[in-house]
Amino acid sequence: MTDTHTGTASVPGAAPPSSGALAGTAEEAALIRGARARARRRRLLILLTQVALVAAVLGGWQLGASSGALDTFTYGSPDGVVKQLRTWFADGTSLGSIWHNIAVTMQETVLGFLIGTVSGVVLGIALGRIRALADVMAPFIKAANSIPRIVLGSMFIIWFGLGPSGKVALAVVLVFFSVFFNAFQGTREVDRNLIANARILGASEWRVTSHVVLPSAMTWIVASLHAAFGFALIGAIVGEMLGAQAGLGQLIAQAQGNFNADGVYAGTLLIAVLALIAEFVVTRFEKRVLRWRPAQSAGDGTGL
Amino acid sequence: MTGTARDGSGTPAAPATAAKSASKSAAASASEAASAAAAIELRAATKRFRTPSGGVYTALRDLDLTVAPGEFCAVVGPTGCGKSTTLSLISGLERASAGRALVHGEPVTGIDPRVGFMFQTDAVFPWKSVLDNVAAGPQFRGAAKKEALSRARDWLRRVGLSGFEDRLPHQLSGGMRKRVALAQTLINEPEILLMDEPFSALDVQTRQIVQDELLALWELTRPAVVFVTHDLEEAIALADKVVVLTVGPGTVKDTFRVDLPRPRKVQEIRFQPRFVELYEQIWSSLRDEVRLAYARTAGDAPAPESAPVPAPATASGTPSPSTSASSSRNSSPTTADRAE
Repeated sequence: MTDTHTGTASVPGAAPPSSGALAGTAEEAALIRGARARARRRRLLILLTQVALVAAVLGGWQLGASSGALDTFTYGSPDGVVKQLRTWFADGTSLGSIWHNIAVTMQETVLGFLIGTVSGVVLGIALGRIRALADVMAPFIKAANSIPRIVLGSMFIIWFGLGPSGKVALAVVLVFFSVFFNAFQGTREVDRNLIANARILGASEWRVTSHVVLPSAMTWIVASLHAAFGFALIGAIVGEMLGAQAGLGQLIAQAQGNFNADGVYAGTLLIAVLALIAEFVVTRFEKRVLRWRPAQSAGDGTGL
Repeated sequence: MTGTARDGSGTPAAPATAAKSASKSAAASASEAASAAAAIELRAATKRFRTPSGGVYTALRDLDLTVAPGEFCAVVGPTGCGKSTTLSLISGLERASAGRALVHGEPVTGIDPRVGFMFQTDAVFPWKSVLDNVAAGPQFRGAAKKEALSRARDWLRRVGLSGFEDRLPHQLSGGMRKRVALAQTLINEPEILLMDEPFSALDVQTRQIVQDELLALWELTRPAVVFVTHDLEEAIALADKVVVLTVGPGTVKDTFRVDLPRPRKVQEIRFQPRFVELYEQIWSSLRDEVRLAYARTAGDAPAPESAPVPAPATASGTPSPSTSASSSRNSSPTTADRAE
């Protein structure tokens, strides 16, 4: 990864063979060089396969569309999607500038994500720590969790109107439960020895929670954040589709109303890009928060 | 060198039972004398737990234990005899179901700030750096961050971990993590130090080094120690007094004074004839309990007859107990050989 440009001739990381006081140095360098070259070849091969796969699918689609085998009115076409995106970014959409629509959706998503996460973590830890509270709340939480939450979207439109608050509310509800259950379980799983140790060292209940329970449960909480951001996005988009003045969801809903297949694809593509960026940010956050954990033995792997 | 025992049980030829009762009564009278000023006292302490299936499990039954200030007391017993429960009663992590637990004459009602506890498993906080781990105690107790950190640096130097301040626990070896735990506990300067098989996860060589370090640090502040272990060698090498518990529900079977001189070197003390002698005495008391415990876990199958029987008097016959609880005691035979 670090020296892909140097080719196989010389490897900067390995000691030059001439300086080797140890007999094995040259041999080791050769071994390392060989392993790196192999790894590089493998990465290249995988990348090429991936590019070929995308080209095959998009090319086939485009070929089908331009040859008339595929009905472009129903199924759209890659160049149609590109054209649609160009129009949106150059001339704006029927709901104003595309950037405004992206901003609206992102705002709803991030706000819903933050509120849902914080309330999920706080309540999850509180219920995990206080047994009586958990026993009292258990049936209500189960009941609330059993409601298909998309249905709440209609309710929120009645409550909050067509503005962003209803979408934020829907995102919050979706995020909350996924984070809450993980925070709760994470709190329950904290090593009892660590809690006992903190208490004997003199920690108050509050310090036990902030110094032991929260960092320990973080493993569980962070794991839920990947899914949670996706849920926040779903909440915002579905809320917009049900009725809104702006946002990518509303843009897609309008394209659907106009039988504009390319518009639906273009909106979907934008949402996918946003989701991938968010995933990247969450992963960075995860790495930072969980720095204290020993590196996974299997390495980074494919990172699925 | 240490042939004359204070309690009169030192004559090598004395039958085990006589030696035992002698040391027992001596210890008993000593503890009565010390009782007024005892650092730790358990009086007829009983601890029952509810089992998940709804039954009741008695871990300890009428256990009496007295530890004087500055005394190092080791508690040995077979697996599942309630050794650890003893510590949780003293620390205030658990309440006795019957009987009393006293610290400096006062009943234990909660976690006492004078108590330090070292756990069997790693209980250092994996997300805190070495320095922050050691500074945790003073910080939890309200010390300013700067002061806590400077005291922590001091203690890290004492346990030989200067230069490792910024490491995370998982970057350290097992022995180093134990030293962090030791510093983390001792920085609070406990008057009472409870240790629950703290070194059982270490390999034999590392363990002996850390044991020596523990003794050196203990000499500095001289807290009263209750050291739970299943390793009899460790118990004798470290302690002033070894208490043998019966198979569960645990109660005190015998108490032995360890009259080996201090300061001790753990690696060397086991070559002394007196050490071997004490080992034989205490093992003969512990052996039956270990057999019983083994028979229980093995589904009442008779204990293997290979269960070691210490040969009397001659050091060459030192047992190498190979029953369940002593996988790490391979050094015993060599000890005996060299002692000749």
